[in-house]
Amino acid sequence: MAVLDSKVPKGPLKDKWTNHKNHINLVNPANKRLIDVIVVGTGLAGGSASATLAELGYNVKAFCYQDSPRRAHSIAAQGGINAAKNYQGDGDSTYRLFYDTVKGGDYRSREANVYRLAEVSANIIDQCVAQGVPFARDYGGLLDNRSFGGVLVSRTFYAKGQTGQQLLLGAYSAMNRQIARGKIEMFNRHEMLDVVKIDGKARGIIARNLVTGEIERHSAHAVVIASGGYGNVFFLSTNAMGSNVSAGWKIHKKGAFFANPCYTQIHPTCIPRSGDYQSKLTLMSESLRNDGRIWVPKNLEDVKAIREGRKKPTDLSEEERDYYLERRYPAFGNLVPRDVASRAAKERCDAGYGVNATGEAVYLDFASAITRYGKEQAKIQNISNPSASKIYDLGKAIVEAKYGNLFQMYEKIVDENPYETPMMIYPAVHYTMGGVWVDYNLMTTVPGLYCIGEANFSDHGANRLGASALMQGLADGYFVLPYTIGDYLSGDIRTGRISTEGPEFEEAEKEVKERLSFFVNNKGGHSVDYYHKKLGNIMWEKCGMSRNAQGLKEAMAEIKELREDFWKNVSVPGKMDELNPELEKAGRVADFLELGELFAKDALAREESCGGHFREESVELDGEQKGEAKRNDEDFAFVSAWEYTGEPADAVLHKEELEFNDIELKQRSYK
Amino acid sequence: MSNMNLTLKIWRQKDSKSKGKMVDYKVSDISEHMSFLEMMDVLNEQLINKGEDPVAFDHDCREGICGMCSMFINGEAHGPDRGVTTCQLHMRMFKDGDTITIEPFRAKAFPVMKDLVVDRSSFDRIQHAGGYISVNTSGNTQDANALPIAKEAADKAMDAATCIGCGACVATCKNASAMLFVGAKVSQYALLPQGQVEATERVQNMVKQMDLEGFGNCTNTGACEVECPKGISLETIARMNREYLTASIKG
Repeated sequence: MAVLDSKVPKGPLKDKWTNHKNHINLVNPANKRLIDVIVVGTGLAGGSASATLAELGYNVKAFCYQDSPRRAHSIAAQGGINAAKNYQGDGDSTYRLFYDTVKGGDYRSREANVYRLAEVSANIIDQCVAQGVPFARDYGGLLDNRSFGGVLVSRTFYAKGQTGQQLLLGAYSAMNRQIARGKIEMFNRHEMLDVVKIDGKARGIIARNLVTGEIERHSAHAVVIASGGYGNVFFLSTNAMGSNVSAGWKIHKKGAFFANPCYTQIHPTCIPRSGDYQSKLTLMSESLRNDGRIWVPKNLEDVKAIREGRKKPTDLSEEERDYYLERRYPAFGNLVPRDVASRAAKERCDAGYGVNATGEAVYLDFASAITRYGKEQAKIQNISNPSASKIYDLGKAIVEAKYGNLFQMYEKIVDENPYETPMMIYPAVHYTMGGVWVDYNLMTTVPGLYCIGEANFSDHGANRLGASALMQGLADGYFVLPYTIGDYLSGDIRTGRISTEGPEFEEAEKEVKERLSFFVNNKGGHSVDYYHKKLGNIMWEKCGMSRNAQGLKEAMAEIKELREDFWKNVSVPGKMDELNPELEKAGRVADFLELGELFAKDALAREESCGGHFREESVELDGEQKGEAKRNDEDFAFVSAWEYTGEPADAVLHKEELEFNDIELKQRSYK
Repeated sequence: MSNMNLTLKIWRQKDSKSKGKMVDYKVSDISEHMSFLEMMDVLNEQLINKGEDPVAFDHDCREGICGMCSMFINGEAHGPDRGVTTCQLHMRMFKDGDTITIEPFRAKAFPVMKDLVVDRSSFDRIQHAGGYISVNTSGNTQDANALPIAKEAADKAMDAATCIGCGACVATCKNASAMLFVGAKVSQYALLPQGQVEATERVQNMVKQMDLEGFGNCTNTGACEVECPKGISLETIARMNREYLTASIKG
């Protein structure tokens, strides 16, 4: 379709990016001083983009809703960052990282973008080390790697369990250098509430100062959205409380297409919900599945006894346990990809085997790992005939060294000792692969409006591999956007300062103010959270780990109804011109209530199972793969890019057909 | 265990210009499994439903890493537990019938903006003064493994770098000193070869900015280390002092 031009350069896959960079227009250093760029969001993508653009000489205005750019939710990423360095000499290469990412995404991502991602991955590590990011090292002083997410090489760089934090602090330090030089003007505690278009181009934003409530106009020659994912549409997720879709949704309503909203990653190892008051969910790193075995009781009587406290999990013999992943997937066992592990847990819990009061938890058991490591250590230390308790002590020490901080975190939250009793885990919404549609240059369907990081859709297809989110954020911000945006801005060197006095700014500001004023004046009967929780419940039940046509249709109707009720009966205390967290939430939830409906519509339209999107109607009917997800490459090898036309339900579908020239499409099998 | 009924004494302040005061609230049926902030959510939902103004407080990740939450609970930054932020503090640390005092982090350099929300932008300005290594993002720096760094130094740099910038050290210190925070950043770079080139200017500029912001001096009471949710060690302050002295001699 003509509307969607991915602008993927011609030529062989491996030369595309280099050739593209060699031929796009540049802006000369003296002219960069005349150009302003707005960046919304200061996580890995926005932070790195702000710093690099400022370094190049552009005048950057960066916005974040937190009190400092250092607090963006990239900070919470635990595991690591992939890069095709091949430091371990295990045969890794740019091609392999590209291949793993496309396959992991279940062949629903754009080949050229993913190849570029793999290509620049190595630069990221060089750059971060030069910035003083303290990655883990081995005793020879060289960088250490761990393996991750079921791939066949060790390419994940890490900084303890706080890799996201260290990478973000690296980007933040690069920003600080530019703030000190006056090249970045930082707007903390500011939230973008709309984008402003002039003559079809993005020329600024309307932002609210969250401290004073003042509505501000900011102009620029280009606007970059780096506002992260929309997992909080489910209310409960591993996202931060403030994480929201508003920037992405506002630009969608102003003409940016929204791609694949239904692609959501539901991470299998999170701490289960404990009650209705729950405000968010906590992830336990995927690395735990390397040593933990997942199970539920085989018999429903035991489930009942455990729930009632008459039995403990450790009372059950091996024969009384169902290690369902090992049973169903003998080849990969507990190390199946995230989407498969999550669905299997849900299947057991739906069948009534959940092991806590809510019925939504399975065990992750380290007892056999402790024994295995203990015996190994006894052998290494030449201890003959070790006692069971000696083996336990030796093994526990190894498990503690590997996962100590995670075990401690678990114990703080759940108040149970995971060395003595199995952990309880359950899947939770963690990442959204879908997002604003962008071309190869990371520009949306609105000229001058860019979208980077988790907020765009481009690199992870229908499922993201572990340790790839950090890679994409920094690749976009440090190494892709700063080049591609120059091609566009080269046309703006004579434009001069964009005025904020025009009718477009006037109009956008008026709309924003009207909406805020509605919220504080509407004395309805329900809090914002009341609606957010209800929305989350619909999303989880009907658009969660497994989806079917009937449920999705119901979800669309229910979300619409809830949205209408929200606009009648929501109650927001306080005033517009003050620090008012409830007012902030109201705006975000209003946008989630629209996105949710498009999400369901997208899931309904995609009548295949792929990656994190599982349609109950599309499963293998016989053979070894019976009951497993069935992808349909013939009819669905495309990106769904939705155009806003007034109501989420009326969004128009545009298809970007996906071509795979350098990779063969295969059905994933983990049996 | 049955649920708890609690009395909360909370600092309420309309904005930075208004005077604040302690106000009493009751919450009931609080589960021991709730986090402290979830208990605050319960209170706020109750206030909203009664048409009253909810209590403003900073929070975001709710998993102890963003550093946004900042309450002073029963006289302790992040409350009675150790090694946790307020969002990781659980109600099982309290008993039925308890009265809990909740105040903002207090320091001259952290003015209150509303209720429990304080302005910590002074921390950002200290980082602007020197919390970085001047390297452009060209992607053409040398290969990451060209310069080996001893594991011990890298691990120590990491320990210092885990600071989340919450400000508990300042709130806890009787002098409202920011030495632990600044020491952590200075230490991270001082322990790495990449940080050496700008070491002299960095420590001088960061310390100068710290003084300009109105933070107090360090008198080695060590309270900051006790309350730090990330276990940043007093050693970082000693290292910063050494760096500062060396820088002063160099001039």
